[in-house]
Amino acid sequence: MTAVESSTKVVLGGVRGGPDVATLRKDRWRVQPMVTASILTSFIIYSTWAAFQNRYYYVGAGFGRDLISPFYSPCIGGVCVPGAKAGFAINWFRLSPALLILIFPLGFRFTCYYYRRSYYRAFWWSPPACAVSDAHGRYSGETRFPLVMQNLHRYFFYAGLVLNTFLTIDAVEAFREPGLGWGVSVGTVVLCVNAALLWMYSLSCHACRHLVGGHVKSFKAHPLRYRFWKIMSPLNAKHMNLAWASLLFVGFTDIYVRLVASGAITDYKIF
Amino acid sequence: MADVTMRIWRGDATGGDFETYTISQNEGEVVLDVVHRIQATQAPDLACRWNCKAGKCGSCSAEINGKPRLMCMTRMDQLPEGEVTVTPMKAFPIIRDLVTDVSFNFEMAKRVPALLPPPMPEGGYRMFQQDVDRGQEFRKCIECFLCQNVCHVIRDHEENKVHYAGPRFFIRYAELEMHPLDTNDRRELLKEEMGLGYCNITKCCTEVCPEHIHITDNAIIPLKERVVDADYDPIAWLGRKIRRRTKKTASEASVQPAP
Repeated sequence: MTAVESSTKVVLGGVRGGPDVATLRKDRWRVQPMVTASILTSFIIYSTWAAFQNRYYYVGAGFGRDLISPFYSPCIGGVCVPGAKAGFAINWFRLSPALLILIFPLGFRFTCYYYRRSYYRAFWWSPPACAVSDAHGRYSGETRFPLVMQNLHRYFFYAGLVLNTFLTIDAVEAFREPGLGWGVSVGTVVLCVNAALLWMYSLSCHACRHLVGGHVKSFKAHPLRYRFWKIMSPLNAKHMNLAWASLLFVGFTDIYVRLVASGAITDYKIF
Repeated sequence: MADVTMRIWRGDATGGDFETYTISQNEGEVVLDVVHRIQATQAPDLACRWNCKAGKCGSCSAEINGKPRLMCMTRMDQLPEGEVTVTPMKAFPIIRDLVTDVSFNFEMAKRVPALLPPPMPEGGYRMFQQDVDRGQEFRKCIECFLCQNVCHVIRDHEENKVHYAGPRFFIRYAELEMHPLDTNDRRELLKEEMGLGYCNITKCCTEVCPEHIHITDNAIIPLKERVVDADYDPIAWLGRKIRRRTKKTASEASVQPAP
């Protein structure tokens, strides 16, 4: 006998009070979902366009620099430009190398608990804002395919850590100036900030907080995990800020590298 | 101070409508003060539930200008200019005026499997502060049921009430799941019968909580991650097999009597 059977039944269908309207809110509740939808739509359009460009993603020896766009790193396709190639390659893949890479960060962000909140509100209107009726007659949440796949978030988290490692290597290599030695340019700073933001976004993730220590029942019995959990928890509280900052900056980084690689702007040397 | 216009929904299960009251408002008053003055001077039959007037009993939950809030903790001078709308909580059946039938929550409370400590001599366990702190946040809950009311899973979909515990009880489940002495495994129950998967993390419960409990971040998401451990993570499954640990089914977890 289950608990559900042993207790009295929930009575449905009682008459509800209040007017039958979508909401009585008087504040500007539409602003937040509209802003979210605008930013996310812009990013999706830009990243799709950038992924299919398959050029201007690497600033190489010709410019005395070693900068690669995060959309294309690690460059493991069969058509990577010289100097951009990672240590291994999938030579039979002749399309844009970004298509091999972007699936992982996009999957990580798509299944991220914060982004779920944002796009369920902004795009699916489920609900568009608190105490505003959602736009659907029936609702099954994340209990069925395809949304039950949101539970794979931690695997995208693992993949994200691997990509962050590559982006960190890229940031270190950005200090290299082929033919000139070592130095710091604006591009170096951009790639370093990008890698730092992506690490902080990944490590502030709810799945990470759970995996490092949140899953235990007793902190006393697991002092090391408790210490990790204590470190991750304040970072987790900033997950929303880090999600936006890292998203916007990764887009900015691609734009910067693209402009330098195309010759539209110069990557100025700082020292 | 100037008069204020209050639009209060009046009615019962047979129907109702807004009634407008214009009444004086004094400095520092909260919505409940003004509602009480309306009761005292203009509408002695106006029904509203209240008790402590200090934000600790959770009785005076209502929707003020469309937002779920405690009437006793909503200052009049912090509301925008113009008339103030007060309606009963939308997710629960109406009894009369601002009073709703919240018994759905008590039914869900009965279904929470109790703490199940292992056999040990009396006084045989010392609870450590870091484990106390973790659950303490959840014990701040005053059961105002604003989180249950704002949750669109049942607010907009009445049919989900039969299989959805709601945010208030997810924090209760989380508190028990994170208790160092608990041996009950409620993950299957949460997934199959308490509707944890229905929550889509829109965080409205956290936004309306008058006790500022981080319901989503500290309770619901950790529970979802525990369900992932149990059902969606092959590495965790392999670890359980190697260590010969099994998880309880929903039925096994449910039979432990509630306190």
